[in-house]
Amino acid sequence: MRVIVFIKRGALLMKRLMTGNEAIAEAAIRAGCRYFFAYPITPQNEIPEYMALHLPEHGGVFLQAESEIAAINMVYGAAGAGARVMTSSSSPGISLKMEGISYIAAAELPCVIVNVMRGGPGLGGIQPSQSDYFQAVKGGGHGDYRLLVLAPASVQEAAGLTAEAFVLADYYRNPVLILADGIIGQMMEPVTFEDIKPGENIAKPWATTGARGREPNIINSLYLDPEELEEHNRKLFRKYEEMKESEQRAELYRMEDAELVLVAYGTTARIAMTAVDMAREKGLKAGLVRPISLFPFPERIIRSTIRQSSAYLAVEMSMGQMVEDLRLAVNGERPVYFYGRTGGVVPTAEEILERIEILAGGYEGCA
Amino acid sequence: MRLIKGYPVSLKEKEFHYCPGCTHGLAHRLIAEVLDELEIREEAIGVASVGCSVLAYEYFNCDMQQAAHGRAPAVATGIKRVHPDKVVFTYQGDGDLASIGLAELIHAANRGEKITVIFINNAIYGMTGGQMAPTTLPGQRTSTSPAGRSSSETGFPLKIAELLSTVEGVAYLARVSLHDPAHIVEGKRAIKTAFEYQLAGRGFSLVEILAACPTNWGMTPLKALEFVRDEMLKVYPKGVYRRLEK
Ligand SMILES: Cc1ncc(C[n+]2csc(CCOP(=O)(O)OP(=O)(O)O)c2C)c(N)n1
Ligand code: SF4
Repeated sequence: MRVIVFIKRGALLMKRLMTGNEAIAEAAIRAGCRYFFAYPITPQNEIPEYMALHLPEHGGVFLQAESEIAAINMVYGAAGAGARVMTSSSSPGISLKMEGISYIAAAELPCVIVNVMRGGPGLGGIQPSQSDYFQAVKGGGHGDYRLLVLAPASVQEAAGLTAEAFVLADYYRNPVLILADGIIGQMMEPVTFEDIKPGENIAKPWATTGARGREPNIINSLYLDPEELEEHNRKLFRKYEEMKESEQRAELYRMEDAELVLVAYGTTARIAMTAVDMAREKGLKAGLVRPISLFPFPERIIRSTIRQSSAYLAVEMSMGQMVEDLRLAVNGERPVYFYGRTGGVVPTAEEILERIEILAGGYEGCA
Repeated sequence: MRLIKGYPVSLKEKEFHYCPGCTHGLAHRLIAEVLDELEIREEAIGVASVGCSVLAYEYFNCDMQQAAHGRAPAVATGIKRVHPDKVVFTYQGDGDLASIGLAELIHAANRGEKITVIFINNAIYGMTGGQMAPTTLPGQRTSTSPAGRSSSETGFPLKIAELLSTVEGVAYLARVSLHDPAHIVEGKRAIKTAFEYQLAGRGFSLVEILAACPTNWGMTPLKALEFVRDEMLKVYPKGVYRRLEK
């Protein structure tokens, strides 16, 4: 690992050149994660490898599970026992974890799950993708539940959001999913961990720690009485409403006077920024809204741009998933277009620029 | 009159929902007595599985987590790694442990997780209404083997104790039956030994309990106990299958 020293506003900032995967692992350790269970899969192997090497130095436990199913159920056990715990995987492995994630959400256990997405469906490919968006933000497993989903667009942001994920997980007693794509996981960028502090250790009086001098604690998701289950689900959804109130996040890029609004997250947003710059050079008033929280989707921020916009263009590495949430947010008040590459193909800035130019020319043929 | 045995502190005073003649209630009581005798109720964290015993968390008077179908050994692994000083046990049926959860079982055993697994083998899926299990006896009628289990089509009774006997992480492994008082005493001794192995930090321990499901076998409770004695014990011999030095 290389160490780079940046001079920023006179201050010395130690930055390390790391992959997104390594930065996620390091940030988790710094945030106080001491238990990590996972099964190998490309393109996220650097996360378990980093944990295997470094977690024991901090008195933590790294365990390579026999499957993603076992890994997520170990997370369920450890989270129920009160620990700060994480697992990571990539798309097919996340599919396997879904039953366990549903249990964790139902039992209201805090944990952090990382999905470094690759192309699907099926075994798909190992190149970067964003085609697990629906699975991430609509629940993914069975039943009425949501995950809090955060999407980093740089190595630095991957580190920051991972650390914050532990705080949010504890606060909401809900699993938090870091949804990254293979490029974020694999690319190297300078990163600093100076701002990352171990999250406050909030009390977990509900955890299974042995019923010494107290009534037994029970971690459970079974409600045989439908009225009770309905009440439980309503309670979960009050929590999700609070997330919608407090956790909507997005970055605005060159939006001051933008009329054509691109919406993209993760790596695609980075490319879209370049496309926006190129469009601006040609005198086209393009801008970008980059969702950082995918659940809750930043619909308030999208809606605040409706008055200035003539149209929206969602750009994704998928056949079009986030675009559906964008359409819900825009609610028919402006046209919403989509451009995507999928299967592991990464769109270029030139391709996106072409779409911007077509839209600026007033065509409706952009699909 | 002198009270020889009271209600175990490790059992909540709650009526079981189990059918008359079901072995689950008896097995619960034996585990609770062992937790009492070893004075570990306040150190214990149990994992309930999916099956007729899913509500075990309502009965054991200790911390409990309810696990997804078959995943109890993985859940117990997570708990034990966080609390290595606590006593962690799972309570699983044969559909749960020997079918859907076989991978989690074998790997927890192979890692030598310091947990205790109580395995209730009643040769059938009780909770879902009496379907065939991997442990169903040849020729045994179930709702999904209505003509009797055909081994050429659906395989043979899966022998968990024998299967695990070669796994090096296993410290103590026994199969017991609870069909009469003498065997109940023997069975309880095995459960106690299994917990003692965990307390000694020796590795993974498991007790397979041959159990009756009169309801889904279509037998009276008495006939069901005879079936355990005369049929199940033939296919599943009792005994200690692995025992390391303590
Ligand atoms: C993933 C999943 N598949 C299937 C079921 C349905 N199911 C509930 S209990 C059970 C079988 C339980 O049988 P066993 O483990 O032998 O316990 P018993 O009821 O006989 O005590 C099944 C298949 C489930 N709850 N979850
Ligand atoms: S169905 Fe069988 S296993 Fe279930 S409670 Fe009744 S007797 Fe016991």
